[in-house]
Amino acid sequence: MNVDSTIEIAGPRPLSTTPSAASISRTPPALELCGLSKSYTLGGGLFKRGRSLGAVSDVSLRIPRGQVMGLVGESGCGKSTLAKMLLGLTTPSEGDVLVDGKPLRGANQKALARHVQPIFQDPYSSLNPRKRISQIVGLPLQVHGIGTARERAARVAETLDVVGLPRRAADQFPGQLSGGQRQRVAIARALIMRPDIVICDEPTSALDVSVQAQILNLLLDLKQAFGLTYLFISHDLAVVEHLVDRVAVMYLGRIVEEGTRAQIFGAPRHPYTQALLASALTPEPGLGVPDIGMGDAMPDPSAPPSGCAFHPRCPRAEAVCRQQRPRLEDIRGDNARVACHFA
Amino acid sequence: MTISNVSPAESSASTAGASLGEIPLPAPAWSRVTRRLFGHRGLAIGLIVVGLAVLIALFAPLLAPHDPYHQDIANRMVPPVWHDKGSWIHVLGTDKLGRDTLSRLLFGTRISLTIGLVVALISGIIGTTLGVLAGYFGGRVDAVISYIITTRLAMPVVLVALALSSLTGGSLTTVIVLLGLLLWDRFAVVSRSVTQQVRDAEYVYAARTLGCSLPYILLREVLPNIAGSLIVVMTLEMAHAILLEATLSFLGMGVQPPLPSWGLMVAEGKAYMFFQPWVIAIPGIALFVLVLAINLLGDGLRDLNAPGGRN
Repeated sequence: MNVDSTIEIAGPRPLSTTPSAASISRTPPALELCGLSKSYTLGGGLFKRGRSLGAVSDVSLRIPRGQVMGLVGESGCGKSTLAKMLLGLTTPSEGDVLVDGKPLRGANQKALARHVQPIFQDPYSSLNPRKRISQIVGLPLQVHGIGTARERAARVAETLDVVGLPRRAADQFPGQLSGGQRQRVAIARALIMRPDIVICDEPTSALDVSVQAQILNLLLDLKQAFGLTYLFISHDLAVVEHLVDRVAVMYLGRIVEEGTRAQIFGAPRHPYTQALLASALTPEPGLGVPDIGMGDAMPDPSAPPSGCAFHPRCPRAEAVCRQQRPRLEDIRGDNARVACHFA
Repeated sequence: MTISNVSPAESSASTAGASLGEIPLPAPAWSRVTRRLFGHRGLAIGLIVVGLAVLIALFAPLLAPHDPYHQDIANRMVPPVWHDKGSWIHVLGTDKLGRDTLSRLLFGTRISLTIGLVVALISGIIGTTLGVLAGYFGGRVDAVISYIITTRLAMPVVLVALALSSLTGGSLTTVIVLLGLLLWDRFAVVSRSVTQQVRDAEYVYAARTLGCSLPYILLREVLPNIAGSLIVVMTLEMAHAILLEATLSFLGMGVQPPLPSWGLMVAEGKAYMFFQPWVIAIPGIALFVLVLAINLLGDGLRDLNAPGGRN
């Protein structure tokens, strides 16, 4: 292995900065995001031009094989837009994604589907209510023309075993299953093609707490069993802490801090990360919602603040924050990145 | 009322760990279907009446006591059997040309049902295609299709149909084609809005990430989930088409004599409406009952089609 196998934030500079002796045999990271941006046009009509909204701006991220990368941030910060781009559901406005070193832009959706599969947030919406579980789980094989009908049925049964569902669930409709069971079906559908990378977009936030733990443990077991790489998107820090190797923190479409789990949870550098951690609810009753003293309104993404987007809410903001946007810079010798003038 | 044997609430209430092993088994399919069908009173009535109408239409030649086209000038305007001068030979009387009303009524079922079905099918295909495309793609496609829908909504159906059928000359085929080309607006509006709801469902995203083709997504993922609403619209439009055919025939621009269309029967009897009211009341009641039954059927089907079942 070599230095590039750890996650690093790559800025606008070339990605392979440190050619080493090992680079001959090195494998590309499972997923590499290079300056990924997505902007939408708001309020445009047939003849008038609308405003531009930058949902995701210049995100660069490397996820090595077999690792779990957590992506956290409050609602509306661009996490789900990022997931959609990785899944090929929307095309990036700028930048590209490298899946196993191959660019996603212009790639065939079917080819991509063999590498990257999603697990969505809401198991009530992610399963077509008109299809039987066997059809839902077997759909990837069917679409990709893998195996005969009998082989596919066997593979479906096997995959249901893997995710801990009874085989007779195959003949049922999603409406007959509980939330946790449905999420297991969604996981089975994602895994039946043996993808390398699974994009988990808040996979537990729609579930009861007791079921959440089961699903998280299942995801961890499956990662071990199949050598999966996860991008785990969540706003629930407790869930992220339980699962991930590294964490990237997003604010208003940009990554503001990125590091190992210990770094982010133990010694957060960016004021936003600190506030995010302080805002996490404790299980202790009676404490109420913690007040972190920065208001609860995220700025309008279609008119982001000048300079550092976080400055209107930041307790440490100074004049320079209003004028100059901090670059996401390496922290020397620490294998982490942070975008703050004062970190 | 019946209780659906698998309630989602029940299975999700237990914790996942416990319920993993105890997913309730579905009851035998057939008994579930019959229970749901007849647990809904409106649906049962609609189903029975429409079913009868279909049987009558199919077996009209066997059921009709007389030839519906046979004119018997000696027996003109015979009143129905419950009238003092009525007779069992002509149970519902005869019209001004001495044709047996019951036989014409039975044969008329064929025309009404054909019109209803074929028009709903043609307009359903046009409207659903437009609506699903507009709803799924949004943006420019939606703007163009919405413009077409608005244009169509701005046209008064009866006037346009009258004008066009007077140009081409009324006939059964003309009426079907005209109404089929005119009545797609509700299909388009409804399928557009329900497709907009389904478009962003995560199962559609899941299919897209798999690389499913667009026709597959629209036909297999979207369509089955909007079919419930479309079936309701379909029944509404069937009823609408049947009434419009009667209207056009009444105005002389629809089905042409001597075909036994119910609208035409009303038109032919309108001169006698004050002294022999049954001449128009009988086909009028037939129209009313059929249209009501189709609407009941539509409402019932919508309830049945809702996922999870509504009883």
